[in-house]
Amino acid sequence: MTGDFPVALILIIGAALIPLFRGMARGAYMLLLPVAAFLYLLAVPHGMHAQVELLGQTLVLMRVDKLSLLFGYIFLLAAFLSVIYSLHADDVTEQVTGMIYAGSAIGAVFAGDLLSLFLYWEVTAVSSVLLVWARRGAQSGATGMRYIIFQLLSGMFLLVGGLMHWQATGSLEFGQIGLTGISGAFILIAFGIKSAFPFMHNWLPDAYPETTPVATVFLCAFTTKLGIYALARGFAGTEMLIWIGTLMTAFPIFYAVIENDLRRVLSYSMINQLGFMVVGIGIGTELAINGAVAHAFADILFKGLLFMSMGAVLLRTGTAKGSELGGLYKSMPWTTGFCIVGAASISAFPLFSGFVTKSMIMSAAAADGYLVVWLTLLFASAGVVEHAGIKIPYFAFFAHDSGKRCAEAPRNMLVAMAIAAALCIGIGIFPDTFYSILPYTTDYKPYTASHVVAQLQLLLFASLAVFVLIRTGIYPPEIRSINLDSDWFYRRVAPAVVRVARDLIRGIQGIGATAFDSGTRWIIEISSRESQPQGLLMRTWPTRSMALWVMAMLLAYMLFYYLG
Amino acid sequence: MSQPKKYWLDNPANVTKLYRLFWILCLLLIASDFFIHRHEDFEFATLFGFHVLYGFLGCAVLILAAKQLRRLLMRDEDYYDR
Repeated sequence: MTGDFPVALILIIGAALIPLFRGMARGAYMLLLPVAAFLYLLAVPHGMHAQVELLGQTLVLMRVDKLSLLFGYIFLLAAFLSVIYSLHADDVTEQVTGMIYAGSAIGAVFAGDLLSLFLYWEVTAVSSVLLVWARRGAQSGATGMRYIIFQLLSGMFLLVGGLMHWQATGSLEFGQIGLTGISGAFILIAFGIKSAFPFMHNWLPDAYPETTPVATVFLCAFTTKLGIYALARGFAGTEMLIWIGTLMTAFPIFYAVIENDLRRVLSYSMINQLGFMVVGIGIGTELAINGAVAHAFADILFKGLLFMSMGAVLLRTGTAKGSELGGLYKSMPWTTGFCIVGAASISAFPLFSGFVTKSMIMSAAAADGYLVVWLTLLFASAGVVEHAGIKIPYFAFFAHDSGKRCAEAPRNMLVAMAIAAALCIGIGIFPDTFYSILPYTTDYKPYTASHVVAQLQLLLFASLAVFVLIRTGIYPPEIRSINLDSDWFYRRVAPAVVRVARDLIRGIQGIGATAFDSGTRWIIEISSRESQPQGLLMRTWPTRSMALWVMAMLLAYMLFYYLG
Repeated sequence: MSQPKKYWLDNPANVTKLYRLFWILCLLLIASDFFIHRHEDFEFATLFGFHVLYGFLGCAVLILAAKQLRRLLMRDEDYYDR
């Protein structure tokens, strides 16, 4: 089979036909799309396919290699699970946009040139904002606007950077770019916004917790991992990424401890996990890149699973706030169990997926002697146990009983969570099978006695610290509140600056207007007073004073004449 | 009216049992350092109890620091709507 049909179109064109189906048939049709695309990917040979000549450039719509295939597989898997998770809601707008969004992310992954990457990049932005707006209402509208501004900004940087890159190199090919010149910097910023680099990150914890359970599950899989894919493709071994990534692992965990909305906790947690991947890409060795993309794969599953469980809680109780929840294990035992599997996976407990993927990044950092980085990642790993490993399941399902009694999650949600949970455990137990689809062949062995014991000590004693602080009452309670992040600058400071500037301009305008007003009034007053019979303008002048004035004018004229 | 179902975890004494069990598990894990030879890229990480202390202190410091950050960062839920 040739690979000349872009796989993305199976989902994107397929999405357009979703409204034609009803009920069970629609569900079956939507599940068929990612399955068909997956079977197609299995049959396509490696290489450059679907090449189009445009503007003297060759656009490649299907670059098939191990890196693009890995992300293709996981994106299709995420689309499949999201569709199962969405079946109870039967919201056709959500399903169509979700499918287009997934398709365009897959298109971007297989794009072999910067122009087609840019086009797909923009489609992910526009389709995903419709998911942010899926909850509808005024607040959702404002959140979506802030979200889309960041996404479109990323597209602008990619466009300008890509054009400059084309001018500099004469080629649109999307390969290793690196931080060479301003074009590389622009493209890095474009990828950095999608990957939630510090100070470009706030769109993520702002938007993801504010939409519907289904939309969040779609959103959490694609945009950020597309950013990670693009970084791995274009900026592997860029040292600056090591430090950016290290920062990303460390700062969000402080927010995650004190955040009340559990889906926002997961959003901060996501930035923390992205940090590990960015570090791996920055190190750039084969082990590190393998670790980064493997962790992206695992994260889509366990983070998706955690968002699914919190989405189920939101659906059933109407809230995902820690301060309102507790004791739900009595009503939702299956959701509780699946959530705990996700929590164990993200915490990187042995036998769960995070353990076999994150440890590659840690080992790569240690092997290259990055001491500070390694210590920070170890600290961040302990932090993950706190906010994702314990806080999420504990405050939602255990803690003090909130008295809330609800139904278990809908069956389709449970099926989606069960599959995700099974894959998290499967990857953890059979790492070698999983490692075989990574970009570089590896003989990495995560399960050595030394590594397992070290990891268990780190994780269990981090947990112990949490339990001790909870039992002694020192642990900060869940409070109905929000926390200021960098969005404060554009939601509070910038509007305040604009308001002050506007007042200032109005003030100056006011002073000017007053001055103009009183000036004209003064002239009118003077001229009308002097127009009285005895006024300056109306009185009769003696002839001699007239002659005197004429003489003065002539003298002045002569003076100017000679001086000139 | 039927009595609401009582769960095993509803009894605080049982939670305390679990808590103590966890302590025992942790202490056993420390003891394993005597038996298992450790390999690490950084030599200091093989020191007795390194991961134990780092995990416990790291997490405790994180929580206490975050708690203090609340003074600086925490606002009412409707902060941005006002």
